[in-house]
Amino acid sequence: MAPLLEVRNLTVAFDTPSGTVHAVNDVSYTIEEGETLGIVGESGSGKSVHALSMVGLIATPPGRIVRGEVVFNGRDLLKLSQRELLDLRGKEIGFVFQDPMTSLNPVLTVERQIAEPLKRHFGMTSAQARARVIELLELVGIPDAARRAGQYPHEFSGGMRQRVMIAIGISCNPKLLIADEATTALDVTVQAQILDLVRDLKRKIGTTVIWITHDMGVVAGLADTVQVMYGGRIMERGPVRSVFHDPRSAYTWGLLKSLPHGGKRGVTRLYQIPGNPPDLTRDPIGDPFAPRNPFATDRCKVETPPLVDAADSVAGHKVAAWYDLRAALATQEARP
Amino acid sequence: MKSFFLALLKSRAGLFGFVLVLVFVLAALLAPYLGLPVPTRSNLVARMVAPTWTGAFSPGAHPLGTDELGRDILSRIVHGSRVTLAIAAAAVVLGGIVGTLLGIVAGYYRGMVDRVLMRIVDIQLALPLMLLALLVIAALGPSTTNLIIVLSLTSWLRYARIIRGQVLALREREFILSAHAIGAGTWRIMIKHLLPNVMTPALVIATLELARIIIMDAALSFLGLGVQPPNPSWGRMLADGRVYISTAWWIVTFPGIAILLTVLSVNLLGDWLRDYFDPKLRTMR
Repeated sequence: MAPLLEVRNLTVAFDTPSGTVHAVNDVSYTIEEGETLGIVGESGSGKSVHALSMVGLIATPPGRIVRGEVVFNGRDLLKLSQRELLDLRGKEIGFVFQDPMTSLNPVLTVERQIAEPLKRHFGMTSAQARARVIELLELVGIPDAARRAGQYPHEFSGGMRQRVMIAIGISCNPKLLIADEATTALDVTVQAQILDLVRDLKRKIGTTVIWITHDMGVVAGLADTVQVMYGGRIMERGPVRSVFHDPRSAYTWGLLKSLPHGGKRGVTRLYQIPGNPPDLTRDPIGDPFAPRNPFATDRCKVETPPLVDAADSVAGHKVAAWYDLRAALATQEARP
Repeated sequence: MKSFFLALLKSRAGLFGFVLVLVFVLAALLAPYLGLPVPTRSNLVARMVAPTWTGAFSPGAHPLGTDELGRDILSRIVHGSRVTLAIAAAAVVLGGIVGTLLGIVAGYYRGMVDRVLMRIVDIQLALPLMLLALLVIAALGPSTTNLIIVLSLTSWLRYARIIRGQVLALREREFILSAHAIGAGTWRIMIKHLLPNVMTPALVIATLELARIIIMDAALSFLGLGVQPPNPSWGRMLADGRVYISTAWWIVTFPGIAILLTVLSVNLLGDWLRDYFDPKLRTMR
């Protein structure tokens, strides 16, 4: 079966006064129907930009899709007209954005906002949409849905608003739901509730999900596959279990090492990855993580490593690295 | 509709404004049926008769007295309000729609569209509005339609300027990105998402503008460029009556009070409407 989404060599650049920013470089991956893909990376890693650019949501100019193909359900999205993209967004691909406080229109009732994609894509009338809106609100766990539908966003708490955003995202039963930092602005307990909800929804409606976050913990609990991005490239990708227990990229290793571990006694400083985030205005040559990588080889600086199957790991675990992380860690531990 | 009146009853200022506006509008609509003397019929015997209630010699029933040609002032104020209110309302609506839409377009598209529109606004603001109005009226000739056109011409730029600024800030907000993400096109975003967000400022400008337009209309009539005699208009009445202020104060005073009350009531009502349409303030009540 063909994958639901296949991204091939997607490259996105922004022309800014201080030079061309190479935001996304040569990103290729596939996602199967029903899969949950977690994309992890720090700010500027290209994780959000690549998702937005797939459906034409970045401003052009300054943004520019240099090359690539995004085949969704048999169609190359990058070749679609504006009109076709409008018909696709919200209907076949739903979005949930980061900040539920600002992602809802403050002067429209929740009902109107959830009903809008239904009216837009299915030509429903307000009355027809109303039943579906209440059904959706109940589905995302908002009690007293019929009354809450008529309220304005400021009458909802942050977690409730994010539930509303998710209701909007899934309103038209999209094949793919892209959540961009959807739990980042929420506090931890609410975050856990939202993640429960998403897991629950996946079971009920079986949507394919791309979950973009900078939180390794969220990915571990939600995703089937994790994809680590840095400097606009995929550094590592594979089944969650395999990537977390046996990372092959120095960046993934650094991210996991810098997580706080519960249960340890005493105050220990958390590990931090040395150096600064990459300057994306440089030509994207070599491994973008090389300057901060203690295991980098000379080759890393001059030649870009391809994303290849990791040696001795499970199927689908891929890494872009010239160095051998396992060997490097082994020698480091062997040193006194 | 029921909740609208319930909310209105709770605000003393809003209610006052609403009732007064209602009285003015009803008086204007029903003017021919109120049994008032014909506003244009002069009666030289009864020139400058004082209002009946002053106790001065007052032949005939003229609650607010008569002017220098013996025409009933109350009747002229009521009939004058028909023209004044109609012109002001039409100009506010026309200027408001054009200004708000152009403001949204300029703020949303930015770039060339924005620069051209805002330079037009700048140029027009640099000219005294009264001078502009005089020029256009002098060129087109005084008529009700021309008056509406001229008054909305002096009005749209205030909406455009302020709404554009609002839209510039709004278009960067995440909910506009969300709207794009559910497949909303440019028009849908401008009309369904941006317009409701700028309704509050637009309404505030509209109330200020309505007051300003009534005064400007009076000023144009005062200068003889508005409604043409013998048809009554408030500005015209002020202009004609000011010569007699020392001998017959009522000729200028009552049209002046009419202007004052209209402007005041519209402002009070507008102030209340602004709060009413703000969802945050509404639920707190």
